[in-house]
Amino acid sequence: MKLVTAILKPFKLDEVKTALEAAGVQGLTVSEVQGFGRQRGHTEVYRGAEYTVAFVPKVRLEVLVDDADAARVVDVVVAAASTGSIGDGKVWVVPVDDVVRVRTGERGPEAL
Amino acid sequence: MEPALIDGANTGFILVSAALVLLMTPGLAFFYGGMSRSKSVLNMMMMSFSAIAIVSVLWVVVGYAITFGADQNGLWGWSSGLVGLGDLTNGATFGAVEADAVTNTYALPDIVFAGFQMMFAIITVALISGAVADRMKFGAWMVFAAIWVTVIYFPVAHWVFAFGVAEEGGQAAGFANGFFAEDSGGWIVNRLGAFDLAGGTAVHINAGAAALALILVLGKRRGFRKQPMRPHNLPFVMLGTGLLWFGWFGFNVGSTLGSTAYSGLVLINTQVATAAAVLGWLGVEKLRDGHMTTLGAASGAVAGLVAITPACGFVNAWGAIAIGVVAGAVCALAVTLKNRLGYDDALDVVGVHLVGGLVGTLMIGVVGDQTHLLEESLVDGGSLGVLGKQALAAGAVLAFSFVGTLLIALLLKATIGIRIPEEEEELGIDQVTHAETAYELGGIGGGASLTGTGLPSSSRVDA
Repeated sequence: MKLVTAILKPFKLDEVKTALEAAGVQGLTVSEVQGFGRQRGHTEVYRGAEYTVAFVPKVRLEVLVDDADAARVVDVVVAAASTGSIGDGKVWVVPVDDVVRVRTGERGPEAL
Repeated sequence: MEPALIDGANTGFILVSAALVLLMTPGLAFFYGGMSRSKSVLNMMMMSFSAIAIVSVLWVVVGYAITFGADQNGLWGWSSGLVGLGDLTNGATFGAVEADAVTNTYALPDIVFAGFQMMFAIITVALISGAVADRMKFGAWMVFAAIWVTVIYFPVAHWVFAFGVAEEGGQAAGFANGFFAEDSGGWIVNRLGAFDLAGGTAVHINAGAAALALILVLGKRRGFRKQPMRPHNLPFVMLGTGLLWFGWFGFNVGSTLGSTAYSGLVLINTQVATAAAVLGWLGVEKLRDGHMTTLGAASGAVAGLVAITPACGFVNAWGAIAIGVVAGAVCALAVTLKNRLGYDDALDVVGVHLVGGLVGTLMIGVVGDQTHLLEESLVDGGSLGVLGKQALAAGAVLAFSFVGTLLIALLLKATIGIRIPEEEEELGIDQVTHAETAYELGGIGGGASLTGTGLPSSSRVDA
């Protein structure tokens, strides 16, 4: 099993979610996060004093998938999230040892 | 002396004006509270509300006696009969009515005037609090407020507000027993003859100079010029500005002590100078930073209100516009001085109130209108005489307030201490000092804590 984690522009979340549902993904988790990459932050001015706001708001999306589906899910996320401009985010995949469905106690791929 | 007749229109208006001026202090709490960080907004608002509580009591007990009691060499007043407002609230002098010095009509009961002037003392103290955001011990603030208003504000208010006219009575027996004669009363208003209708010197220069002295003793906020210290709620700042602007009509127009054409002039001047100052501040921002900000609009409005305060009855509309534009632009530049000079005037009390107060007080000598000044300012072809008097009045208040406040602050620092520990400052003064935090914004649990409340059992809420 794999955990696919994506950092996205917040306004792209809806498109990515719709595309993942269409690709058969059953569930996902979303959180609001802040960070910076090559896009860097922005500046704000208060009474003439400039503040550099280093961190930009982003959305982190996490999906647990079967090994065989991982590459396809990554492609779906990238296709839906891309605008071609700086700050579009990143997607990465890590292996997962075990997964348990709390309600039934099912383990492994059954629990996905 | 013939007993004066009460003027219902004047008296009614001053009663309403007192309420308007009181509202400025909660307005100031929002103005300052919005500019502070979210971890210290409650402390900031509490400094304003505690000023209302402390100064109201002190004003009644000794403040009126010191400010408007029998004149002592022009420097302060004292009448033991006015302690606790005794003579104003009972006996034969209850209901004593004074002629209005400006319009010379019979007008206003002393006790109404005492209520109106109480609100000025309150907001002057509250103004100082903007400089000490995040880091001043709350107990020390309360003690400071009590000492400062008694030994600095009450005497300075006497200098500026204990006025009189030569032909009225003439006995130097205090406001309750007749007007201060020409060579009695506050030295700035009655002997020097400087012009300050509503308190550019006594309120704004006074509070601004005090703020500067206090922060020099208190020190910088942790992380000043290193961490971002952005206003946490600009809509609060706009709300506070609106309340201040509204209340300021009581402050300035009420200071005419009447309902006359002259009051109308003051209203127009107050409005148009404030409007011009918004434009002046935004103009500087556009040229310097490239953006016109809401904080700039709010700050410009307050700078304009401050600057027109002394001048509102001594200029025509053109003069008011000139004062507004200059105040807006100069204060917009002045608020960046703290970054260059390194004093941590957190919410720019010095840059707005001291500088704005100086602009308005001095510009009376430049753009004052002969009709109301009864002397010639520079635009009317006069000499530097008026400007000189204004400079002397402004300089005297500035110096007395700065030195006096420095001594009070050093005394408090050496005794009870004035600064909270660094760790508490980092955590947030709201939580540590007031045992509250301003915001609990929903989230999981609908605002209830996920980790338990930790309350003692008798007051625990099992939710």
